[in-house]
Amino acid sequence: MSSPQTGVDVADLSVVFDGFVAVDGVSFSVAPGESFGIVGESGSGKSTVLRALCGLAPLSAGRVQLTGTHAPPEPGSPAWRRQVQMVFQDPYGSLHPRQTVDRILAEPLAIHGIGDEQQRIEKALDEVGLGAGFRFRYPHQLSGGQRQRIAIARALILEPPVLLLDEPTSALDASVQAEVLNLLEALRARRGLSFIMVSHDLAVVTHLCERLLVMQRGRAVETVAAADLAAHRVQSSYTQSLMRASAGFSRSDVALDDAVDAELRR
Amino acid sequence: MTEVLTEVMTEVMTEVSPPLLTVQDLRVAYPARGGGFNQVVRGVSFTLGRERLGIVGESGSGKSQTGRAILGLTAPGGLVSAQTLQFSGIDLLHCPEAQRRSLRGGRIAMVLQDPKYSLSPVMRIGAQISETLQAHKPCSSAQARQQVLDALAAVGIEDPQRVSRLYPHEVSGGMGQRAMIAMMLIAGPELLIADEPTSALDVTVQLQVLGILDRLVSERGMGLIFISHDLRLVSTFCDRVLVMYAGRVVEEIAAAELHNARHPYTRGLLNCLPQLDAPRHPLPTLDRRPEWSA
Repeated sequence: MSSPQTGVDVADLSVVFDGFVAVDGVSFSVAPGESFGIVGESGSGKSTVLRALCGLAPLSAGRVQLTGTHAPPEPGSPAWRRQVQMVFQDPYGSLHPRQTVDRILAEPLAIHGIGDEQQRIEKALDEVGLGAGFRFRYPHQLSGGQRQRIAIARALILEPPVLLLDEPTSALDASVQAEVLNLLEALRARRGLSFIMVSHDLAVVTHLCERLLVMQRGRAVETVAAADLAAHRVQSSYTQSLMRASAGFSRSDVALDDAVDAELRR
Repeated sequence: MTEVLTEVMTEVMTEVSPPLLTVQDLRVAYPARGGGFNQVVRGVSFTLGRERLGIVGESGSGKSQTGRAILGLTAPGGLVSAQTLQFSGIDLLHCPEAQRRSLRGGRIAMVLQDPKYSLSPVMRIGAQISETLQAHKPCSSAQARQQVLDALAAVGIEDPQRVSRLYPHEVSGGMGQRAMIAMMLIAGPELLIADEPTSALDVTVQLQVLGILDRLVSERGMGLIFISHDLRLVSTFCDRVLVMYAGRVVEEIAAAELHNARHPYTRGLLNCLPQLDAPRHPLPTLDRRPEWSA
């Protein structure tokens, strides 16, 4: 059942909005079946990279393509969209409030002209750990974690080999976050998916991804393996300050504040 | 060593001075659909001296409702009751509404989560801060202007002149939150309630804002109630932590002792966070027991 594994190759990607350079010459490649993370603070352009990948933001320069397939689809074409699906940050905002779960899940099938709706919807719900009992509910009748499961089911119902995750757990409680992360990991193992995940939480990204890209102000700072990050083997001072910041507040660490200050002013 | 010292100091301080805030059996209920009431806070008790108290819980645990009830900001329709709700000798539940009003923003202040929504979008930052000051400590407009600039400088804003003339949409989240803190501190409150003050901010900016809060709290000897869902963050910032679940306090623990937490909910909450240096696949999840909310 699992689709052939597909990777993503991004070369010199730039995204410019009205003269503002949101992403400036970013390159990375994701091997088929790999899980790749992008971290950075708000405004670093990490979400824009994902949006450019799935066609929601215009490419100003550079090239994105799928690897590992014989006939790579044109970026932005229906065939591309069928292979690259996205899960958004806020499950409260990304599901239509007046559509039932059934309609939400039927929409991508209708767009791509895929039949066999009943069975696919049931299977998709089953896969994200929600029973058929959730099928005719509205989003407001679901908890945050259940909504994010629906969003994942909507992305996976087309059986894409590449899944883009934009902060999929940052709107969720810690215990629900653990459940969603476990679900994503299980789905990836089962289907051989490639992930590109954006997050500001270093611990979440290193948990789910093997390699990650650190971005700052639209530029790539460095690419590190998750294992290196866990062992504190990072090159740039920016990554180091991100790591210290994620360890929590420290009263004694005045040097940290100064370092962060200096970093932010640069 | 310093941990022990702060602990002893907290004990001494709470023994000597009467507590700043006493909360006993606080309950907040909202009308339920189909009659009756839903209790969202169910008998919360604690006392607060001039210390940093953290209240941690997941969404729906009643942590924000507890903070709002202390300030008298419970939404219309909500019922608040308590055996004691006392702020430096004032019975908050039975004092006149005018007195409550003057306490709010004056002696008790609250920093809210997201400066994008909690600052007025149509007033310049300086004017908003000055309004708070004039409401509680009336003074000439020249004095007010100077105090506003001083307050902005105190929260680490480098160019207070410029920032005071900006509108909230013209500043970053971190800057907006600093302005919010400046506004809350300008009347010199004795108790500051911070409801997720840094959740909308980036980690690096988060620490700067916490550093500013920390310095102001210790310089001015304020009491601080820090409400957050982030157990790890709270434990590094506060002296004492209350863990709430389903409207009750399930555990009260010194922040430094958090790793020795006893309640299975606290332990589960700590355990289910991914850790940088100790990867676990799959992550342990929280197994909610009905008896926790009993």
